[in-house]
Amino acid sequence: MAVETLTPVEGGAGLGSGRGRILSSLRHNPLGIAGGIMLLVVVLAALLAPILAPYPPTEVHFDTPFQRPLTEGFPLGTDDLGRDVLSRLLFGIQTSLQVGVLSVLLAVVIGTPLGLLAGYSRGFDAVISRLTDVTLAFPFLIIAVGLAAISGPSLNNAAIALGIAQIPTMIRVVRGETLRIKESDFVLGARTMDASPAWIMLRHVLPNATSAIIVQATVIMPVAVIGEALLSFLGLGIQPPTPSLGIMLSDAQQYIFRAPSAAIFPGLAIAAICLAFNLFGDALRDAFDPTDTTRK
Amino acid sequence: MLQDAENILEVTDLEIAFGGTPVLHRIGFSMRRGERVAIVGQSGSGKSTAIGAILRLLPGSGRITHGSIVLGGGTTRGEVEDLATASEPVMRAIRGERIGLVPQDPMSNLNPAMRIGAQVADALVANRTTEGKPDRAQIRSQAVALLAEAGIPDAERRYGQYPHEFSGGMRQRVLIAIALAGKPELLIADEPTSALDVTVQRQILNHLQSLVDARGTSLLFVTHDLGLAADRTDRIIVMSEGRIVEVGTPREILLDPQHEYTRQLVAAAPSVAAALGAGTLADPTPENPARAGSILVVESLVKEFALRGQRGSSIRAVDDVSFEVEPGTTTAVVGESGSGKTTVARIILGLETASSGRALIDGESLTTTRGARRRALRRKVQPVFQDPYGSLDPTYSIERLIDEPLRIFGVGSRSSRQDRVAELLDQVALPRTVAQRRPNELSGGQRQRVAIARALALEPELLICDEAVSALDVLVQDQILTLLADLQERLGLTYLFITHDLSVVRQIAHCVVVMRSGVVVENGTVDEVFNHPTADYTRELLGAIPGAAFAA
Repeated sequence: MAVETLTPVEGGAGLGSGRGRILSSLRHNPLGIAGGIMLLVVVLAALLAPILAPYPPTEVHFDTPFQRPLTEGFPLGTDDLGRDVLSRLLFGIQTSLQVGVLSVLLAVVIGTPLGLLAGYSRGFDAVISRLTDVTLAFPFLIIAVGLAAISGPSLNNAAIALGIAQIPTMIRVVRGETLRIKESDFVLGARTMDASPAWIMLRHVLPNATSAIIVQATVIMPVAVIGEALLSFLGLGIQPPTPSLGIMLSDAQQYIFRAPSAAIFPGLAIAAICLAFNLFGDALRDAFDPTDTTRK
Repeated sequence: MLQDAENILEVTDLEIAFGGTPVLHRIGFSMRRGERVAIVGQSGSGKSTAIGAILRLLPGSGRITHGSIVLGGGTTRGEVEDLATASEPVMRAIRGERIGLVPQDPMSNLNPAMRIGAQVADALVANRTTEGKPDRAQIRSQAVALLAEAGIPDAERRYGQYPHEFSGGMRQRVLIAIALAGKPELLIADEPTSALDVTVQRQILNHLQSLVDARGTSLLFVTHDLGLAADRTDRIIVMSEGRIVEVGTPREILLDPQHEYTRQLVAAAPSVAAALGAGTLADPTPENPARAGSILVVESLVKEFALRGQRGSSIRAVDDVSFEVEPGTTTAVVGESGSGKTTVARIILGLETASSGRALIDGESLTTTRGARRRALRRKVQPVFQDPYGSLDPTYSIERLIDEPLRIFGVGSRSSRQDRVAELLDQVALPRTVAQRRPNELSGGQRQRVAIARALALEPELLICDEAVSALDVLVQDQILTLLADLQERLGLTYLFITHDLSVVRQIAHCVVVMRSGVVVENGTVDEVFNHPTADYTRELLGAIPGAAFAA
């Protein structure tokens, strides 16, 4: 229960100043901090992969395949070709993150404006929503596989395919939010101030839809990471021997009983990435949500 | 344990805390069997917390930290219980069976996916005293009887309907039927009619009263409306900030309030003030010699809405409405929900287009003008909406909210806009320190002040206040009305005040337009309409104002 009181504004914030409430809200959310730290670790691991990795990710050691973790020289063991799992993991995280971030960006950057237009104007809605309906009728992976097959196997193409496949759901989410927000009194109020549709969409609807967009983005992220694994498994994504978490997982399947660790570590890494994005995304959403004062 | 065998409820030294902060401070009161007692207070006064404690349904981290709540033993069943320490199974037996609750909001307290009859039957089954398999036919006939008793016409047929097929008043009757299903000795009604129109409110309360009287049930009536409490109960308990400040009969409370807070409440309660003949806030001689003619002319306005799925058929929400508003005056448009008053306001604001007729502001209409002329006209008319929680964008700071119209119209530089915001905050009596806060950090009254400041930013001539005070507590409502009257005097503003509350009209308006089902039934000055109403409907509305009994 939040008791409504007016505590004095700290720091003497007056007219024309003030911000940083998002940061301070993030600071007070322990789960958010945990997610943020995890995210930082994952991103650092990806960025510093060339420095941290003890071997090049594709270097084979034919005399030492299937090493257990904590073996001398191979902290996480080796796979069937004797490649160092730790090195591959670090570079794998790099590629997976790249695909994830790229496809989420694509879905957000294209889906959000289309969703806003569809939600705001009936004319656009008729066109955009019918197209979304059609694309939604296909399973997400079928579209991604189809697009990847057409554009040829590469990291960027896989990211684009996954991103495009997620655009319809993004449009749906933003459109729904827009429909809700445009009926609110504050939008009516803006209309009586002669605000243009662009003003209302960008300055009222979009900020209020931010939390839904963030949530959707954190949902897309893990789907994209796993989707990349699947595309690579089908030979439509990253080409071996370039490591990615998905390729490592699918390779390890063949000898899962001989060297389970070769499958466990990339699996854990995917789980960690998803968890980090989810926790951080949740905290970010709470921080952006101005109506949320009860949770501190 | 019980001081007096005649008492149904004795609350002693009750202290309730949420987390570590106490919100009820050792309150105590008692109720006699068959007595009707009202708890009156503003939101946050602790009245709902007190009920929560009696039913042991405190939300969140709330718990009873001290005191006792003794429920008197029934003559036929039940024992004397201290509800503060009773176990959950005991409480479950008590809820519904010995203490019934009529909740506040009839819209959200019925399960929308369940038939009305089944919900009443549920309550009957839950409160059955005899063991064994319930006889379905018997339960059904009992439920139908209860619904009929609660005043649902044609209960047999409506038994199978869903909540959305019922009006607000009818839903409240269903909730009353559910509350009475267990034949409780004590009925708690938590603001049972605050969401309903006045005439419906009167019907429901009359009915509730007759039901309670016939059964000899004690009634604990929680409300924010002092007039309503005075009309309906034998004794009034006034609460403020978790304390009981005064207890007395309605006559004592209204005519001779002892505590400072009660005095404020009596003075602010619009219904009571109107009944007691207190002065109005409206400037009695509103004259603005600088201008002649009407600022707002509404001419034969008609708005038809097409009915969904029925080609060609439509309903007339606004039917041939005409009235004029003189500059510098306040005109109130009064009516119950569905009377078309809000549609009229929206047409004037240019948010809806009229099917025929015109709404002219200074001779021009927002729906026909375009471009620069329309922008200029927009500056002359600004709205203040009902719900200060919905009308302010929650992502904006107060400063951005107030200077948004200035930015849209490109008025001034950054620093001159800041000065203007500061000036506007002063005008609505808000401290400048709120500028960087968000709307949700402010109280309802403060938010409404922000909404008014924003409406004033473009220096309009006409403010359309759509139920601008009806979501506020009486004391706050009084403050906002005073502020509006004050601003009118200083800035020469004209108000079109859309409201359902006749007592507010009396306080603030010069002229009244009474609407019903889209038609103007009466139009005149406040004195004419209040003292010599010509339409039956106006008389009915006037009669439904609570607290009228104390007019003498």
